[in-house]
Amino acid sequence: MTEQIPKEELLAPGHRACAGCGCVLAIRHVLKALGKNVIIACATGCMEVVTTPYPETSWRVPWIHAAFENAAAVASGVAAALKAMGKGGIKAVAIAGDGGTADIGLQALSGTVERGDNVLFICYDNEAYQNTGIQRSGATPFGAWTTTTPIGRVKRGEDRPKKDVPRIIAAHGAPYVATASIAYPLDLIKKLRKAAAVEGPTYVHVHASCVPGWRIDTSKSIEVAKLAVLTGAWMLYEIENGEFRLTFKPPKRRPIAEYLKLQGRFRHLTDGEIAEIQRMVDEQCKRFGIE
Amino acid sequence: MKQILTGNEAAAIAAKLARVKVISAYPITPQTAIVEKLAEFVADGELEAEFMKVESEHSAMSACIGAAAAGARTFTATSSQGLMLMSEMLYIASGLRLPVVMANANRALSSPLNIWCDQQDSMAVRDSGWVQLYCEDNQEILDSILQAYRVAEELLLPVMVCFDGYILSHTAEPVDVPEQGEVDKFLPPYELPHPLDPERPVTMGPVGVPEYYQEIRCMLQEAVRVAEDKIAEIDRAFGRRFGRRYGLIERYRSDDAEVVLLTLGSLSGTARGLIDRYRKRGEKVGLVKLRVFRPFPFGELIDALGHAKAVAVLEKDVSLGSGGALFIDAAAAFIDVARRPLMLNFICGLGGRDVTQLDIREAIRVAGRAAETGVVRRAVRWLGLREKIVGLRPKL
Ligand SMILES: Cc1ncc(C[n+]2csc(CCOP(=O)(O)OP(=O)(O)O)c2C)c(N)n1
Repeated sequence: MTEQIPKEELLAPGHRACAGCGCVLAIRHVLKALGKNVIIACATGCMEVVTTPYPETSWRVPWIHAAFENAAAVASGVAAALKAMGKGGIKAVAIAGDGGTADIGLQALSGTVERGDNVLFICYDNEAYQNTGIQRSGATPFGAWTTTTPIGRVKRGEDRPKKDVPRIIAAHGAPYVATASIAYPLDLIKKLRKAAAVEGPTYVHVHASCVPGWRIDTSKSIEVAKLAVLTGAWMLYEIENGEFRLTFKPPKRRPIAEYLKLQGRFRHLTDGEIAEIQRMVDEQCKRFGIE
Repeated sequence: MKQILTGNEAAAIAAKLARVKVISAYPITPQTAIVEKLAEFVADGELEAEFMKVESEHSAMSACIGAAAAGARTFTATSSQGLMLMSEMLYIASGLRLPVVMANANRALSSPLNIWCDQQDSMAVRDSGWVQLYCEDNQEILDSILQAYRVAEELLLPVMVCFDGYILSHTAEPVDVPEQGEVDKFLPPYELPHPLDPERPVTMGPVGVPEYYQEIRCMLQEAVRVAEDKIAEIDRAFGRRFGRRYGLIERYRSDDAEVVLLTLGSLSGTARGLIDRYRKRGEKVGLVKLRVFRPFPFGELIDALGHAKAVAVLEKDVSLGSGGALFIDAAAAFIDVARRPLMLNFICGLGGRDVTQLDIREAIRVAGRAAETGVVRRAVRWLGLREKIVGLRPKL
């Protein structure tokens, strides 16, 4: 399948993403997977900010940014215009971070999906509001340090589990929902193409590492993302017309500690807390059919 | 053809005549009937457009932005809380230079919740870079929306056509509905010079760093400012084709008047009748109706009001902690004019309170006294308050 991935870069280099940024890698794959016939509506967040410092742009496809919470609604407007003007063959795509998806953008996303608009929504999930300096989002995992879930004497990081957006979207009856990871690019590209081919609302949620936010080494962004999948902290699946299917089963699940230990955001965790997270991950994996 | 139409119906028919391609709106009283009517047009195949049933006004404007950027003529309508929820996106529509046209049926803002008319909603977004037109009757609503598309698309600026909730939105009047063919000749198909198009990729809405942001905002300010000439030009072209013109302002028996009322929207109609009675008695009272509030027609106003002894600005809004929005700008118009009238502000008609002829008489009486004595005792006053409110003595 690698030979089907175009060499052409539709995301130009020279953008201002951090060294080792997992999200910009996700976007690069997105453009390779989808090709030129797209119109992208991007939410405020890292990917918008680092790619378009006026008068420069990294986007070699038509692209619009309006605000933080409305990428889905802007993309719906684009899709409606394309339909009204009888322009076929162009896909309206929304891109947002986990904040612009799970929190402030959830209402607009819900509307787009519920109405059945022909929009592919892509969430790059770096598990916090990274653009504004690492504040927690609904997608921040249990136990993680962020600047709004600091480690203090009485509170120890994020105290709620990650919001399950893919299944919220699936519950709307979206014809195609998938999770993916930057550590599995072929799987990611395959899912994106599948999602784009559907005439209707589809959703791809990509787990993507953040060097400063996760407090990892710049060389470790892929390794950490991969460990998320191998430990079961992040799962790869698709829900196609309501049918759930795991697309990757970790051969033998690695202990969650291996994933946590590489990241400064989990540095404060005690053995007891790590055991608690292991228990949560085990339970979740069981529910999704992973041993 | 003459039809009996409410203001809302006139607005919906105007959008249909403009052959809008994407309609994206959310219900709110008193505007709702506009989108209901458009939904019917689309359902009946009378209008070929995408009718987007969005989940909020924020998304309504967001979708208009996306659709306009992709090259489709768009329309939305709202009121009050809906306009407030949109306000973030209003600035973005103008910043992106997208020619979205919106009808706003003016309604008061919460709290307390109130569904009736005043103009606080559109006044609250007067700084957003939208052209704002205020209508006096239902004919003007229809005509202004048709003109609005020309203005918007020639200048790449969004336009808000405002009209008083209930007073116009729900009141039926005879309206001359132009022929589709005539409208088509007046309003050519929409063409954005730089649409989102894979054939010719553009980036819209980048990060405006400090080295550029200020210039970009200044260009927007210039665009809104010079819109004055374009609005006047398009109004003249409209007049030539359809026989009706409105101007940026309208002077009604004001040229030799000593006391001039300055109003917006349907209040102008109420004032007009009264002016005639004063005139019959030989009293030099006149009216200036402001139709275009943004851009603010400073030059025309100076010309129309400069000779008066006193100007009474009647308006249905207040910039809390200061005075009425129209008053503030009208007063500012004379800041470096040597010969200027005394200026008085009358806040009235908030939240659906009727503005009666008695109220307007009171304003004329107070302004007349100021004209005689040369003294303004209190610049900002409220008309028609039922009770004396403790501490109500704003000094300007
Ligand atoms: C209405 C609004 N509220 C807050 C912000 C500030 N803000 C900009 S980006 C951002 C966080 C974005 O987080 P996320 O969507 O996770 O994307 P990331 O920054 O991680 O790429 C916030 C809070 C804003 N731009 N608009």
